Amino acid sequence: MPVFALVDCNNFYASCEKLFRPDLKNKPVVVLSNNDGCVVARSPEAKALGIKMAVPVFQIREELDRHGVVTFSSNYALYADISQRVMSILEDLAPRVEVYSIDEAFLDLTGMPANPSLEGFGQLLRATVGQWTGISVCVGIAPTKTLAKLANHAAKAWPATGGVVDLTRKERQRKLLALLPVDEVWGIGRRLKARLQKQGIHTALDLADADPHQIRRQFSVVVEKTVRELNGTACLGLEETPATKKEIVCSRSFGERITDFQAMREAISEYATRGAEKLRGEQRTAKQLTVFIRTSQFNSREAQYSNAATLELVIPTDDTRSLIEAAHRGLKSIWKDGYCYAKGGILLTDFYDPYTFQPELFDEARDNPKTRQLMQTLDQINQKGLGRVFFAAQGIQKGWSMKRDYLSPAYTTRWSDLPRVK
Amino acid sequence: MHVSYVSESGDFPEMPLPLYLERVAAGFPSPAQDYVERALDLNQLLVKHPASTFFVRAEGDSMVEAGIFPDDLLVVDRSLNPADGDTVIAGFNGELTVKQLQLRPVPRLLPCNHRYSPIDIPEGSDLEILGVVTNVIHHMRK
Repeated sequence: MPVFALVDCNNFYASCEKLFRPDLKNKPVVVLSNNDGCVVARSPEAKALGIKMAVPVFQIREELDRHGVVTFSSNYALYADISQRVMSILEDLAPRVEVYSIDEAFLDLTGMPANPSLEGFGQLLRATVGQWTGISVCVGIAPTKTLAKLANHAAKAWPATGGVVDLTRKERQRKLLALLPVDEVWGIGRRLKARLQKQGIHTALDLADADPHQIRRQFSVVVEKTVRELNGTACLGLEETPATKKEIVCSRSFGERITDFQAMREAISEYATRGAEKLRGEQRTAKQLTVFIRTSQFNSREAQYSNAATLELVIPTDDTRSLIEAAHRGLKSIWKDGYCYAKGGILLTDFYDPYTFQPELFDEARDNPKTRQLMQTLDQINQKGLGRVFFAAQGIQKGWSMKRDYLSPAYTTRWSDLPRVK
Repeated sequence: MHVSYVSESGDFPEMPLPLYLERVAAGFPSPAQDYVERALDLNQLLVKHPASTFFVRAEGDSMVEAGIFPDDLLVVDRSLNPADGDTVIAGFNGELTVKQLQLRPVPRLLPCNHRYSPIDIPEGSDLEILGVVTNVIHHMRK
């Protein structure tokens, strides 16, 4: 029987913010999205105060102040570093690991001796990650990924489980499924929930007991697979879930409105650079680039404008220079003076594996090893955090860059930001 | 033309082959490439467990007699179980502090400077050991 475990960090961003701040122990903490827009993470204390996820901060500012909730801007340098530590510990302890998101990983424990118990192994994971990084995790263990997700949910929801739930036994699976509403099941969103409810499917158990063939006819193969997974038949293996990305978007709302072409050019260059880095991280090349800009939809008094330009590159590339160049051409074609732009970005699509694209005979192929070396060197320097090498087009001042008023120090990735101890 | 059926080819996985555009150096390979010994790496010496090792910066003079001076860089390993006599990073009274850990006969945090007094840890107080200090890095030039 296959055995999967899902390890999920508890309130990951908020926990990272508390790591080097003993003064915040037992205090409510929230983390805000890009540009300090919405609440994206809450410590247990903040949850207990009834602060909701995804609420715009300006709506609850007064409430946050009244309860003394400590607010942080997203500190991705910190979260990425801590995440990487957690994942490397899991990789040391388990034979096969699929990093599913910044704070979740699936482990394949198939064939692991159940001695000590699988639950004991879950406790070992929890204790090790907890001591080594200071991050607490919950572990769900089950014969399928979908059930492991639910087991993890149970481990989080019921503290009496000690943070580990072993759902390898059928009776325990059914008992838990009966307790959970159907939209707690992995992949069942709000829309599907409504449609399922019309069929009389309310709990996860109802879905598990539905006829898979009928589900396939009425919904999709994906939902049918979910039904089989809920019954303990593994349909999803490790690493099968994250379909290789088909697009990369780099875009943000600007901290301040942009009215000037040069500033927009810098912002777009920055996004093209980010996009190129992401492409290289995914080991893909892109052949299409779209530039888009728009004014604020929320300010009806201002004149509105929004436009996008898509360019096809001669050959698929991950070269920052080619992408910036294309982005500039696109921007030039859509730019209009006289508007207050609130957002801009680039979209990369039409992906290829590097090396496999067949250029046309007379294409001016720029994909040569020297380019590759240059880009690798660039990424290495920038990842080391010793300084940044950037293209002049990205600009130096970055007046347009995002608002991060409550940013904590890069405790683990910058020498100048190390925690101080007395 | 005559075509004969041999057998089905089956599904071959895609195999990307790099196209070599770069010049290849002919002649003797550099003898330096064959050295197995690597240049010494301080990380290897100071960081036994990268996943659990953090760096912190010392402030104040409460540990000078233990050789920890203001602005020194401390290497902290969270994976080690703190033992009696270890220098530790602790969260105590809402502050990060570096002190020597005393477990017996009673738990206390000991400064290493005769001008400071030991800190008692009352039963049930909020002490959290964040990690054990394994090394101190002290700059000798200002």
